[in-house]
Amino acid sequence: MPLPAPQANVRVVTLKIDGLDLSAREDETLIEVCRENKIPIPSLCWMEGLSIVGACRLCMVEVSGSNRLVAACSTRVAEGMEVQTNTEQLQRYRRTLVELLFAERNHVCSVCVSNGHCELQWLAQTCGVDHVRMPYRNAGYEVDSSHEMFRVDHNRCVLCTRCVRVCDEIEGAHTWDVMGRGSDCKVITDLARPWGDSSTCTSCGKCVQVCPTGALVKQGTSVGEMVKDQQFLPILARRRHLR
Amino acid sequence: MNLDDLDDLADKYRQEAADAEVEVRVCMAASCQSSGAQPVYDALTAAGEATADAPGRKCRIKGVGCMGLCSAGPLVAVAGPEDGLNESVIYRDVTPDDAGEILTSAVDPKASPVARLHCPSDLPFFARQQRVVLEHSGIIDPNSFRGYVVVGGYSAMVRALTEMTPTDVIAEITTSGLRGRGGGGYPTGLKWSTVAKTPAEQKYVICNADEGDPGAFMDRAILESDPHRVLEGMAIAAYAIGANKGFVYVRAEYPLAVERLKTAIRKAKRSGFLGNHICDTEFNFDIEIRLGAGAFVCGEETALMASIEGGRGQPRPRPPYPAESGLWGHPTLINNVETFANIAPIIREGGDWFAAMGTERSKGTKVFALAGTIVNTGLIEVPMGTTLRDIIEVIGGGIPGGKAFKAVQTGGPSGGCVPEAHLDVAVDYDSLKTLGTMMGSGGMIVMDETASMVDVARYFMEFCMSESCGKCVPCRTGTWQMHSLLDRIARSRASRSDLTLLEELCEVVQATSLCGLGQTAPNPVLSTLRYFRDEYEQKLTTPSGH
Repeated sequence: MPLPAPQANVRVVTLKIDGLDLSAREDETLIEVCRENKIPIPSLCWMEGLSIVGACRLCMVEVSGSNRLVAACSTRVAEGMEVQTNTEQLQRYRRTLVELLFAERNHVCSVCVSNGHCELQWLAQTCGVDHVRMPYRNAGYEVDSSHEMFRVDHNRCVLCTRCVRVCDEIEGAHTWDVMGRGSDCKVITDLARPWGDSSTCTSCGKCVQVCPTGALVKQGTSVGEMVKDQQFLPILARRRHLR
Repeated sequence: MNLDDLDDLADKYRQEAADAEVEVRVCMAASCQSSGAQPVYDALTAAGEATADAPGRKCRIKGVGCMGLCSAGPLVAVAGPEDGLNESVIYRDVTPDDAGEILTSAVDPKASPVARLHCPSDLPFFARQQRVVLEHSGIIDPNSFRGYVVVGGYSAMVRALTEMTPTDVIAEITTSGLRGRGGGGYPTGLKWSTVAKTPAEQKYVICNADEGDPGAFMDRAILESDPHRVLEGMAIAAYAIGANKGFVYVRAEYPLAVERLKTAIRKAKRSGFLGNHICDTEFNFDIEIRLGAGAFVCGEETALMASIEGGRGQPRPRPPYPAESGLWGHPTLINNVETFANIAPIIREGGDWFAAMGTERSKGTKVFALAGTIVNTGLIEVPMGTTLRDIIEVIGGGIPGGKAFKAVQTGGPSGGCVPEAHLDVAVDYDSLKTLGTMMGSGGMIVMDETASMVDVARYFMEFCMSESCGKCVPCRTGTWQMHSLLDRIARSRASRSDLTLLEELCEVVQATSLCGLGQTAPNPVLSTLRYFRDEYEQKLTTPSGH
């Protein structure tokens, strides 16, 4: 899905987030306004330059007058909106969601090449996850090292689908997709063939750079080297969008 | 074509069928077919041909839709051509060997019914129902376009097209107070007017027939018994909102419903009641069938539309709602089968007539599917506001085998249970919500005293876990965790802290999930905890050493 075209006649609204009076363009979402104003909202699936899926549910916020929580990534601002981003209840929910992610697959930081550069690890630290209260699922997934430059380790995947979207929307190759349902979901290349055999993959490496965890990494890198660079994305997205 | 022309057409069809004085109607819906209705129909047809020249009344053997009492199938009804279900002689548990006997008694006006098979039609099961949606179900042949026209079919559509403006139609639906029958209970008139007011060149109408709740089969029965009625409702909706294209999204597990729907669409098109210039008016409307590939989540409207578009069937965040941006980004009206089946009578009889039935905030009637440990398993239709006790003990005939009633699950995996103490509640959208459950699409699973409520919760959680699409975190991993906790409790391997964690997970999954599936998945747990907490407590183990 392309980004909405910037319109000349877009109105500017004022709203209140965590007690701060802020202004925003009418076509902005809550998370964009929060990022712009350095209000920390955790998020995993959202990424500037990619389409919105609303899957990780970490950016849930409270909006006055609404009895349900809303996801900041998929909610547009509105005049007079009052938003709370960090209540005790939201903190508890976020902690539980991060715990659920940890328990779902095999996230063992000490043996991961992304240790120290991992968004899930960082989320756990900022959300105060010092231990996981639920049992680990301990389902074994394979590691696909068939690609000459990159590797996918499904045990570390959080199914944020950033790789799927960047490949489809920015690179235009649509090599990645999701198969299965529920906890059996898995990202796949082409029609669930080994990545190295993919006829659509351009080996551009965008998927690796946007991956928040150690699920997609460069082959042969050490912990110190596997730092991901996501600066390219907003620039490319803007250029693509202007065309 | 106007209403008079349609009346003439109905008269012509009636004349052509006037040679039969009595009809032997065999239920050919899926549940009676599964208990052997086809051989019964064949035997009756053979016996009918053999005795065609015999003295007595002329008799026609007719395959019809669901009569409701599925547990007593195959059902056969003997009635005059104009008679309804309550005036018929109904036979239950019919076998092919009974064909001759039934036919002999049918053709002889003085003969008494075959006592051995007779199922009195004044039983509370039949007498206490009020059939609006099911008015022709079990009476007309679902494969016959003529049969539908003879009983007044398509008169509502012709009336809407020739005598009413789209605004009039929407006003009538709003007056009726009809609320969406798929479960949410959103006011239908409001939904229609929202789509009607959204400016767009292209709009769509979708009929959601992806009925997936365990124990629910209302939509299947409607499609199998009276498919033209749903098409008529969709056409009226399309006229009201300004759409020219419709889709019926029906699950592939309903092959008979799909077959009958296909036949109905083909025949309606051939007779000019669907397609271009319907009934010689300016209105064009075409309907296509789309088959679901077996995902429960595709009953959720945004997932359903993604599936029709050919994408992966998973929901997306709302807003934008389908009324604003639906199928391929166009404004889309999406209603359930039963909602569309209510449209024709509302236009025919008026919104006030409909609003006179039911309760303050839930109008009309509701079809329920009775399943579980209950004497009369099957399909019923009662006015909103009928008490659960009436539905289960009087119409449903109570619990078999002298056992005691324990609870009834309404709303399938998204709903909850209602225990004995609340059986006198008048069923409507709001009263069930107060009890911590929901109307849902209308499935009712009755449980007797032997049912373990932890097992019930575990069963529904397993269903949600395996039907979760895997998109959002709380539903994908939360349902897995809740299921494993419930499993441990059911096997008496859990401690008190597990129960606390279960309750916390319920809260998180309910509050943060993306779509209705996840948001309502904890409901069976919360509701069994609310009414049967002691059953959970009994299964908890105390840590050793205490």
